[in-house]
Amino acid sequence: MSSTPRLERGDPARPADAGPRFSPAEMMSVAAARVLPDGASCLVGIGLPSTAANLARRTHAPELVLIYESGTIGAKPEFLPLSIGDGVLGETADAVVGLVEIFNLWLQPGRIDVGFLGAAQIDRFANINTTVIGASYRAPAVRLPGAGGAPEIAASCRETVIVMHQSRERFVEKLDFVTSVGHGSGPGSRRRLGLLGGGPSAVITDLGIFAPDPATCELVLTHLHPGVAVEDVLAATGWKLRVSASLETTGPPTEHELAALRALEQTRPAGAR
Amino acid sequence: MTNTARQASRRAAIVPLAVAVAETVHDGDSVALEGFTHLIPFAAGHEIIRQQRRDLTLVRMTPDIIYDQMIGMGCARRLVFSWGGNPGVGSLHRFRDAVEHGWPGPLELEEHSHAGMANRYAAGAAGLPFAVLRGYLGSDLVGETDTISTIACPFTGEVLTAVRALTPDVAVVHAQRADRHGNVQLWGITGIQKEAVLSARRAVATVEELVEELEPQPGAIVLPAFALDFVSVAPGGSHPSYTHGYSRRDNDFYVAWDGVSRGRETFARWMEEHVLDP
Repeated sequence: MSSTPRLERGDPARPADAGPRFSPAEMMSVAAARVLPDGASCLVGIGLPSTAANLARRTHAPELVLIYESGTIGAKPEFLPLSIGDGVLGETADAVVGLVEIFNLWLQPGRIDVGFLGAAQIDRFANINTTVIGASYRAPAVRLPGAGGAPEIAASCRETVIVMHQSRERFVEKLDFVTSVGHGSGPGSRRRLGLLGGGPSAVITDLGIFAPDPATCELVLTHLHPGVAVEDVLAATGWKLRVSASLETTGPPTEHELAALRALEQTRPAGAR
Repeated sequence: MTNTARQASRRAAIVPLAVAVAETVHDGDSVALEGFTHLIPFAAGHEIIRQQRRDLTLVRMTPDIIYDQMIGMGCARRLVFSWGGNPGVGSLHRFRDAVEHGWPGPLELEEHSHAGMANRYAAGAAGLPFAVLRGYLGSDLVGETDTISTIACPFTGEVLTAVRALTPDVAVVHAQRADRHGNVQLWGITGIQKEAVLSARRAVATVEELVEELEPQPGAIVLPAFALDFVSVAPGGSHPSYTHGYSRRDNDFYVAWDGVSRGRETFARWMEEHVLDP
């Protein structure tokens, strides 16, 4: 695999001498990988979170402990799994346990540092919907896959990180269905509900990075990805978004990060998300 | 579903798969074909489709392609589940068509989280009427699913989530191998298969092969013959899922299924060619 990133057309506008070109989706995966601390245990959702978590293991966090809800603890896949129970996860894991054990003994008591999730819809308090689109649960416009492990992952991990593509249809004023709780209806919500973990600490999209305000729990834009304007983010957000007074620009992907990500992506079957 | 704390005695008979399905799966039954990505019993599901079972309550944490096929072929009246997608690919289109458009018939849903479903099987396997967990807190699932409730701890008063036990009429699992007595051994990602088998009134295992003796394997589960009613040999019976040590997951099939299953006609034609009249 070449370590020289290939040039792509239509990437965010960047000065010619500022390093490799990259797509918004690549920036999202790189930014999401960076928030995972080396040595942490991370319960990984399939899709974007799995890509980012595996990228983290190949870059700054070789000791990251990947846990998939299939019961594979300490998985070290050499290629991207398509599903959370692919053979490569069981073959490379430090331990393989049953589903009752993974949820009851490992997740439920709050032993896992980071829950790494995707979402179809998110609201200002980082509650997430992965169940239905449309007003009616029984007669939805779009039936989504559902909860999986997410409600309890979002409840019990020490913190939650969410990675998802951003648009006005996905960043909504009101969720069509609350599948998994982030910060509920604001300060004190998690404690009142009895949720053990700290809840969402970051939301990473293809446009920028958001973090909950310590006082209000509401998501605030803290980082813009290179080439993205505040107006782009506001236009892709369905509520009146607050922007941090100390807004920063996300560091662009390094050559090493991009090469590692592209090598990973090439291990995925054509046609997968 | 009523809970019966006492299980009928069993002794696995080794029979052809068509016999095992005919003997155990009846119209209107609740049926759990389990296997979490790994060891999904496709051959058994296809046999149920060929025997044209109807009005089934299909129980499964991750419905996957096998339930997409059974729903699309009109076997199901109700689905008890926690995640209904094609992992890493997208939607299960036959499942969506049933929920969104009632095709080929309406599909009732009983929807949970993975933790809830795992605990429901464990309670059923343990002969208990419900399980206790910290789960579903703040989720809208609580308002839509009547097998989720709460219970106060008798020692501390803390209010916890309770989920009703699962006691399916039939559980079906796929495994690596069995001996001639009908003892079944499976390893790799073992998922919820042991709990599913022990929670059900009747249980069937399909296996890759029959062997003289079950040699120990790291992390393996053995389902003794007295925990099963039937064992059937079905080599490759988990495809396009996989059997650790025997086959790899056919990820290309999972990706291709997205196109096959999108349209009702392409789906019906595929089922005709590959399942009904192979």
